Amino acid sequence: MRVGSTFNVAFRALRRNKMRSVLTALGIIIGVGAVIAMVGIGNGAKSQVEAQIASLGQNVILIFSGSTTSSGIRTGWGGAGTLKIEDAEAIRREIPGVVAVSEEVRSITQVAAGNQNWSTQVLGESAEYFDIRQWPLADGAPFTPQDVRSANKVCVVGRTTATQIYGNENPVGQILRIKNVPFVITGVLTPKGLSPQGVDQDDIVIMPYTSAMKRVVGGTTLRGMNVQIGDATEMTAAQQQIIALLRQRHNIRPGRDDDFTVRTQQEIAETATETSKVMTLLLGAIAGVSLVVGGIGIMNIMLVSVTERTREIGVRMAVGAHGSDILTQFLIEAVTLSSVGGVIGIICGIGASQFLAWKFQWPTLISISSIAIAFLFSAAVGIFFGFYPARQAAALDPIEALRYE
Amino acid sequence: MNDGALVRLVDVHKTYRTGEMEVPAVRGVSLDIKCGEFVALMGASGSGKSTLMNILGCLDRPTSGHYVLDGADVSGLDRDRLADIRNRKIGFVFQNFNLLPRTSARENVELPLLYAAQRLTSAQLREKADHVLASVGLAGREDHPPSQLSGGQQQRVAIARALINDPEVVLADEPTGNLDSRTSVEIMGIFQQLNERGITIIMVTHEQDIAAYARRNLVMRDGILLSDKIVTQRATAEGELDKLATSRSNREE
Repeated sequence: MRVGSTFNVAFRALRRNKMRSVLTALGIIIGVGAVIAMVGIGNGAKSQVEAQIASLGQNVILIFSGSTTSSGIRTGWGGAGTLKIEDAEAIRREIPGVVAVSEEVRSITQVAAGNQNWSTQVLGESAEYFDIRQWPLADGAPFTPQDVRSANKVCVVGRTTATQIYGNENPVGQILRIKNVPFVITGVLTPKGLSPQGVDQDDIVIMPYTSAMKRVVGGTTLRGMNVQIGDATEMTAAQQQIIALLRQRHNIRPGRDDDFTVRTQQEIAETATETSKVMTLLLGAIAGVSLVVGGIGIMNIMLVSVTERTREIGVRMAVGAHGSDILTQFLIEAVTLSSVGGVIGIICGIGASQFLAWKFQWPTLISISSIAIAFLFSAAVGIFFGFYPARQAAALDPIEALRYE
Repeated sequence: MNDGALVRLVDVHKTYRTGEMEVPAVRGVSLDIKCGEFVALMGASGSGKSTLMNILGCLDRPTSGHYVLDGADVSGLDRDRLADIRNRKIGFVFQNFNLLPRTSARENVELPLLYAAQRLTSAQLREKADHVLASVGLAGREDHPPSQLSGGQQQRVAIARALINDPEVVLADEPTGNLDSRTSVEIMGIFQQLNERGITIIMVTHEQDIAAYARRNLVMRDGILLSDKIVTQRATAEGELDKLATSRSNREE
């Protein structure tokens, strides 16, 4: 009933106390603004981490050799050479859905050209590696499957390594000496930037794994493999089948630990995003506290307002207002304050996070859902903190209220 | 309303309970007020006249007895029904005006319409309020808040507010209590004009000369009606204004 005119009444009352209304709404503006900005920053960080994880490649299963428990000493991932080239071939052959496999060896090695030298990570991979990691070349060409089969002395270099050794010169076609073996540089990788762990992914030399095993790393075992699966839905099944296959090939009896580790890119992403999720939650919670404080501000002002306007309430009741009319009026006043504050707060929050993004180059991400949640929450704050004062007002006795001084 | 009684009280009692003590404020009042009467309710403080006024105004319910307003027994109604009765049938005028601060005269007068069952557009509200304000001599003052109006003007706004819903009865509680004597006369003049137009008025006052403007005087003491008299020598606003002028010129001499 008569909600329309009650809205009117509530708006008139708010207009009568402009300064107070603005100050009360300010609490909510700051609260909502802080929530929006903080969650925006948190989500921005999370999406950046996710983007980096995605750069590991689509539908990739990572297999690391180790860890074994022979003689009680456990080595880290990739430490004990338990994976063999034949294992990789078996995976190519027997696991359904496998699109590509890249055998991997790596070592930190001093590389040199001319009078420059530089310690960098040398990675041995198959020719498919660049497709699996979705890592195109900026210049030149990758090595070929033929290079891998023949263990040719070719390599591609990352941007950082290239700059350190050759400065601004184009490294393609140049000779890079690795462990005193001359390698021909066939291409330069596009820069990938820092990994989620803060490692410079461009400080790298990638060569055929066969060449790396023969001339740089030594040994006959692989550190790991990158396996790409065609369809995301087959990831889990493929992961299980790989584990079963490798256990069988390595003659691991049931009940004994694997001497290898299989991880999907998904699992790695989850671990990495966990931190930023916690961060977002923490920032949001701190900002949420200020929103609650804003709500208490509304409650405080509404209680003061009810006391101050006791006579007004008495008059309204005398001329025919029901308790419910008074309740609705004060609720509408509270919710109007909080939701108008919410809208302004959302605008301020977006502005603040845009400013931070621009000023500090922080990635921020404001989703529609966080805006909707912030708005609904601020309206709910109005209802929650407005209800008690409104009920106080509605319960007044008109005779007492009229006599109130 | 078969016998013409607009207000009928039948053996009305009101007892307040303060802890263990029962304090009787009204102890058996029976009363008929017909349509078009102008009644002054008098009595010392503590006589029960305010309590009786609250009951007549449907702000309070009698502990026992019956109150029949406009042919309907309202003594047993709940808060919301009483609020509806107040809205439709009763207009209030208070001693301290009770206007909403920082609110224009027009919006103050519109107030009862906002709680009426019948919904009006804001243009209709405005038109009605301006019309009633003009009828109490406040044309041109519609946009003034109470702080920019004199006491007499504020009471006129309050009277306009009481009249906006065309009530059966106007209840005035010490309407001249906060006004100087000249303004009091003007306000009583307005009440008399309204009464001439057929509006029933019940007024609480403790001043004999204000009660003299009414047609009928009731006197209460200790919660019962002590006397019920028709006013034989009615004061009129014009006459009193003349007297005021005379007394002033006498003093000046």
